[in-house]
Amino acid sequence: MTTSTAPIDAMTERHMQKKAKASAAGQKRKWTPGMIIAFIYLGIMLFITLFPFFWMIRTALTPAAELVADSGQLFPNNPTWINFQRVLGFTTREEAIAAGGTGATIDFIGYTWNTIVFAGSIAVVQTLSAAMAAYAFARLRFKGRDLLFSIVLAGLLVPGILTLLPNFALMRQMGWLNTMHGLVAPSLLMSPFAIFFLRQFFLSLPREVEEAAAIDGVGPFMRFWRITLPMSRGPIATMMLITLVGMWKDFLWPLVAGNADDTRVLTVALQRFLAQSPNVAPDWTGLMAAATIAIIPVFIMLILLGRQLVQSLNFSGGKM
Amino acid sequence: MTDFNLLSDPNFIGFDNFREMFGDSGMWNSLRVTIYFVLGNVIIGTSLALISAALMQRLRLKSWVRSAMLLPWLVPNVAIALVWAWLLDANLGFVNQLFRNLGIPTLSFFNETQAMPMIIGIAVWAGLGYTSLLLFAGMTQVPVEQYEAGAIDGASETRMFFKITLPLIRPVLALVLVLSAIGSFQVFDIVLIGYDASPIPAVRVIFFFIYQNAFSFFRMGYASAVAIFLAIILGALTMIQMRLMRANRSDLS
Repeated sequence: MTTSTAPIDAMTERHMQKKAKASAAGQKRKWTPGMIIAFIYLGIMLFITLFPFFWMIRTALTPAAELVADSGQLFPNNPTWINFQRVLGFTTREEAIAAGGTGATIDFIGYTWNTIVFAGSIAVVQTLSAAMAAYAFARLRFKGRDLLFSIVLAGLLVPGILTLLPNFALMRQMGWLNTMHGLVAPSLLMSPFAIFFLRQFFLSLPREVEEAAAIDGVGPFMRFWRITLPMSRGPIATMMLITLVGMWKDFLWPLVAGNADDTRVLTVALQRFLAQSPNVAPDWTGLMAAATIAIIPVFIMLILLGRQLVQSLNFSGGKM
Repeated sequence: MTDFNLLSDPNFIGFDNFREMFGDSGMWNSLRVTIYFVLGNVIIGTSLALISAALMQRLRLKSWVRSAMLLPWLVPNVAIALVWAWLLDANLGFVNQLFRNLGIPTLSFFNETQAMPMIIGIAVWAGLGYTSLLLFAGMTQVPVEQYEAGAIDGASETRMFFKITLPLIRPVLALVLVLSAIGSFQVFDIVLIGYDASPIPAVRVIFFFIYQNAFSFFRMGYASAVAIFLAIILGALTMIQMRLMRANRSDLS
């Protein structure tokens, strides 16, 4: 919409270039006013997207005492690691208070570990368990299969809010609140979306190999484990990645079910950290250091797996 | 349908919770501000994402740009809300300092009329990369020949966007609209962080209403009634979504 009219010759030129297979990296662009506006727009978007992260890191590196004096500057005058040290629990209580903290125990190494256990175990176990179910729905014949599958599909219609309160009441009754097994229990084994998604993929695989194996007397589990699973590495990895990201971001369930020291995940820890710091003057430098720690793992993931993540988006549509 | 409060045993009280819910002005207020949020987030977010996606598609940018746009999607909403709460801090926040220096009135989370637009702004920011990339993925399905033909016929980029891109990605666009509407109904984290458990009525969204009733007032039964009401709304939206997913992918195939 912001692109104004690009002259015809620019377009036909691009067309010719493509015919000459020059459309790859070395393509020369003809600069038109429309394209300049477009680049400026995207540049601004990119800047707005990335600037808050820069500001977060910059604040995390600022000594709390200099926050007011430095607030308008792009870089802190006396950068320091103290904020990271104190949210990671490397400083004594006195040192933390001197650096602007409240003195409450904060242990972001522990919270990061909790998050890795929480998100990682769900991503791996849920995907494998969903894959087995999906395999059964795709390949095995048994009584009531289609009925069962439509019940699973109906699960796609159930929003998270409807299961939150019953799950909470159930975990409470079993005494599983504030335990790691209680935290992962509701989503560890089952995800209608994962079953639906993987079944679609399994159906698209050729049956011949499996049939040959079946004739040779290979049982259904080994056919799944040795044949189907290795052939579906891509979709399985995609599913795990999507689940991992989703669980890493999860907040409401861990907030109500796992708000204790040995189960607290990063999102809940951040919220609690904010709630504990004084309302009039929140401990911004410490909070930004903590937020940075919560973001570093996904940032590393983005750098390592950027392309896979972008591609996996196409499938994740039903999930978010 | 009970007066369950987690401590005593639940008593069956029929439809009283539902009756109370429909007469509860707090609930209607929450639903109203939630719908305000949903409309704002979906309309502004999707429009900006459409522009960004179209530009990314036609300018053939390098893939690191797309990865960078995706960063906010990977970050937990709690962290996003925290960073923006700091950027928008009334005294020291970067944005408000910038505004003060430029002579623009500063923003406050506790201003009745500004509060919701600010929440919407943060949500749009957080979802922009994700939505753009979904739309971008849809646009890459459009054959290049269409644009070449358009160019030969002398169509401008703007005209090609409305006459080629938009009609051909209609199914993806519809899906994105429904998905972001479903997601928007469930906004919670940003409000909780921005207001530290006591949001002003103008931003007390429905998820917060349920959370508060269940875990602050310990009215599990009533909270469940509201949750069921919300689930029916979301279920209807999901039905539409599944229709769209099953429907023909696009006019392309």
